[in-house]
Amino acid sequence: MPDPLLEIKNLAIHFATETGTIEAVRGISFSMARGETLAIVGESGSGKSVTGLALTRLLPEPPAVYQSGEILLDGKDVLKMEPRELRTIRGKKIAYIFQEPSTSLNPVFTIRNQIAEAIKLHRPEVREIDAEVIKYLDLVGITDPAKRLHDYPHQLSGGMQQRVMIAMALSCGPELLVADEPTTALDVTIQAQIIDQLRELKQRVRMAIILITHNFGIIGGLADRVAVMFRGKIVEYGETRTVLAKPQHPYTQALIQCIPQPGQKRERLATIDHAALDAMG
Amino acid sequence: MFSYLVRRLLYAVPILLGVVAITFFLDNVMMSPDAKASRVLGPKARGEQRREWIHNRGLDQPIPQQFVRYIGNLATGKFGTSWVTGREVREIFVTGAGPSLCITVPGFIAAFLASVGVALFQVFIRNSPLDRGLTIVSIALMSLPTMVYVIFAQAFLALALCYFPAYGFSFDGLNVFRFIALPVCIFILINVGYDARLYRAIFLEEIGQDYVRTAQAKGVSNPRVLAVHVFKNGLIAIITLVVAELPKLILGSLLIESLFGIPGLGNVLVQAIQTGDQPVVMTSVFLGSVLYLAALILTDICYALADPRIRLS
Amino acid sequence: MPESLRHILEHWLTQDALVVGGFALVFFLLRAGARNERWQRAGARLKRDRTGLIAFAIVLLYLTIGALEVFQIPTASGTRSILDLFLGGISPEKSYSAPLADTLLGSARHAKLNGHHLLGTDVLGKDVFAQMLKACRTALIIGGLTSAIYVPLGALLGVLAGYFRRWVDDMIQYVYSTLASIPEILLLVAIISATTPRWGRSLGTMAIALGITGWVGLCRLIRGETMRQAERPYVTAARALGQTHAKIVVRHLLPNVMHLVLISAVLGFSNIVLAEAILSYLGVGAPVGTASWGIMIDAGRTELGRDPLVWWNISAATAALFGLVLSLNLLGDSLRRAFDPKQT
Repeated sequence: MPDPLLEIKNLAIHFATETGTIEAVRGISFSMARGETLAIVGESGSGKSVTGLALTRLLPEPPAVYQSGEILLDGKDVLKMEPRELRTIRGKKIAYIFQEPSTSLNPVFTIRNQIAEAIKLHRPEVREIDAEVIKYLDLVGITDPAKRLHDYPHQLSGGMQQRVMIAMALSCGPELLVADEPTTALDVTIQAQIIDQLRELKQRVRMAIILITHNFGIIGGLADRVAVMFRGKIVEYGETRTVLAKPQHPYTQALIQCIPQPGQKRERLATIDHAALDAMG
Repeated sequence: MFSYLVRRLLYAVPILLGVVAITFFLDNVMMSPDAKASRVLGPKARGEQRREWIHNRGLDQPIPQQFVRYIGNLATGKFGTSWVTGREVREIFVTGAGPSLCITVPGFIAAFLASVGVALFQVFIRNSPLDRGLTIVSIALMSLPTMVYVIFAQAFLALALCYFPAYGFSFDGLNVFRFIALPVCIFILINVGYDARLYRAIFLEEIGQDYVRTAQAKGVSNPRVLAVHVFKNGLIAIITLVVAELPKLILGSLLIESLFGIPGLGNVLVQAIQTGDQPVVMTSVFLGSVLYLAALILTDICYALADPRIRLS
Repeated sequence: MPESLRHILEHWLTQDALVVGGFALVFFLLRAGARNERWQRAGARLKRDRTGLIAFAIVLLYLTIGALEVFQIPTASGTRSILDLFLGGISPEKSYSAPLADTLLGSARHAKLNGHHLLGTDVLGKDVFAQMLKACRTALIIGGLTSAIYVPLGALLGVLAGYFRRWVDDMIQYVYSTLASIPEILLLVAIISATTPRWGRSLGTMAIALGITGWVGLCRLIRGETMRQAERPYVTAARALGQTHAKIVVRHLLPNVMHLVLISAVLGFSNIVLAEAILSYLGVGAPVGTASWGIMIDAGRTELGRDPLVWWNISAATAALFGLVLSLNLLGDSLRRAFDPKQT
């Protein structure tokens, strides 16, 4: 791939805990082109969230240890950057939205102030901050944004809180948006809305997205490529259409089988045989 | 909000009544009227002197009657006169409040600023050896009784080195500072250890919250995350605690005042206990309870005002 | 019954039983706790905490010294405590003498002392080092008796208030709100003055007074935690299965709040020891003649003004008091971190 936005080479991360070392990521490699959407799918403990947080060194450093590998953003290794440079990347080049919007937003600041903080930090040239905040709130589909400026996070519903987080992430024009389980904590109907919102944003804003999820069901129509993670390793990686139609690895096959299909005649839900998969290495 | 306040005030009334009742009956169980009279009038007082004294204060009436009369007096603000000095109790308390506040207010402000500063600093360098060391120092400061601080300060700083007066108080102009210097410093020392640990725990709790990660993901620098995000959230709990302490400041520290000879309310109480001055003691109890209950109500109000989640719901 | 036998029996019932009972209780509780997963994990963390282990060792040392002073055995020269035997019967002087001095304080002549005094002697000529060690007994007894009163009271009432709520909770809250709003020193002095005429001034009356005023904090804490635990699904499940209230409280709730009780008891012990010193200063503390750090500190007030300066009495007492209270506080802090690590 010429001029990739992001290149991960042999990344390995472990956690030093009081009960021993946990190997969260055991040597993964992938790359992303500009504007591409990648879905990282796996169960809890597969290392997908850790990978996402590692991109800007957001993992708390004890206990996390970056054992080996490189994270190349526009050719520069994030893991070798000084803190000051890292902070210019965070929010400006790579932005995040997290799983629990209700706790991820600061409860004692208005949503205007939280979004303004990002803008003031990375785009100091902006004069009319309120107007800018309203622009992004509108972009993510919040009705009557001017009225919402001085609301506090708890005054909004879960879906709206997540939209605010998206607005905050977009407000500095990042090249990559990392969405860590963005819909898991939301109602099913709201989930669909947020995914639609992301799909719409993909058309309007030229931005790469990493969508981290355990749910294969939401990546259709959104992800160009998908990486399936199991126990810290990528076991399958390819174009979404291909992987969904013809999964190669047994784990991927098992995951896809778990998605309940309407009209299926099945008495038991499919489960995943971890022991057998572990034995495969 | 208003109805909530009213409910809290109403709830405070039975407690006040209970407090007054307990102290009243304890007091009457402790000593017979005759013993009280002997104590105040001295051992040389004759029988009829004592009887007259008892009768003048209505102590020979049946106890329930005395109690009712006492409640009535309290309700109308008649706190009686001192058995020892004859001064109006109300006046004693008004003049005594000044010296107490001269020590507790500066001490409290200084201790608060120091504790918050140390706590934030410790969270910034958390889990480092210095953090551990500061925690141990805080615990050590809490592990000495007040008297030890006072006695050593008086012996060495005051008497030996003559930097400060060891005893006494005066209100005139700049002289006040000489007299309150040592008491205020000791007040700070005994409180800062406990407060710093408490605030550190509060800030540490906030560091673990999700919004901190979001702030870092936005590229906010660590000092700013602490000083703005964590601080403002932690402040809600801290302000509530601080406000709860404020009413007690009027009463002053019993030990510091009596050991330094500061004529504050703490000293008033100690003297009253030692001389058996019942009206003063009873009023102190009543005042103490009122302040305590006021602090509880203030805490609730403060919490509701400071936390937007409660204020706007 | 012969006089000495009755004396021994009385002593045994009041003090020795307390010490033995205390140690036995701790032993059994720890054994029960070892079966609890939360306690096992905390124990593992505690083993790696150097400060906590040192603090624990120091506390144990103090308790042992105190226990040695409590247990008495008959000897040729009357009943002596075991500690006395260790100290080898240091003979008293007439009055003050400096640490390791040869003569009485301020005496020009070489009036030889009766013995060697590591930390000097006090106004009555008693060896300060011995007094300092003997005061461990006072701390142990007051701490133990008071804890025996306030811990069960506070913990039980807290669990009842937190579990049953409604009128039980209201009543208990009313009682402790009322108690808490009376200035503590006043209440202490009042209770002690009320019980002294009846039973005489003793460590027991102090313990009762401290116990009555001390259970409020623990009760509030346990009440809060119980309320949180009672909302958990396992409690609802137990009720649905028909478990009686008593069983739920004893088998489920109590074990899950025990760690808070332990931490509070350790920290409370240090507060009690400090309180004894303060009460002794106020004149309502340990009876005159008991070895107590508080009394020694109180004596120090005037001693520091003497010429020549008498500093060893108050310094020894302060150092001993500080050592115990600091260790208890550090131990409590370590226990807190062991049960609930707030690591970044």
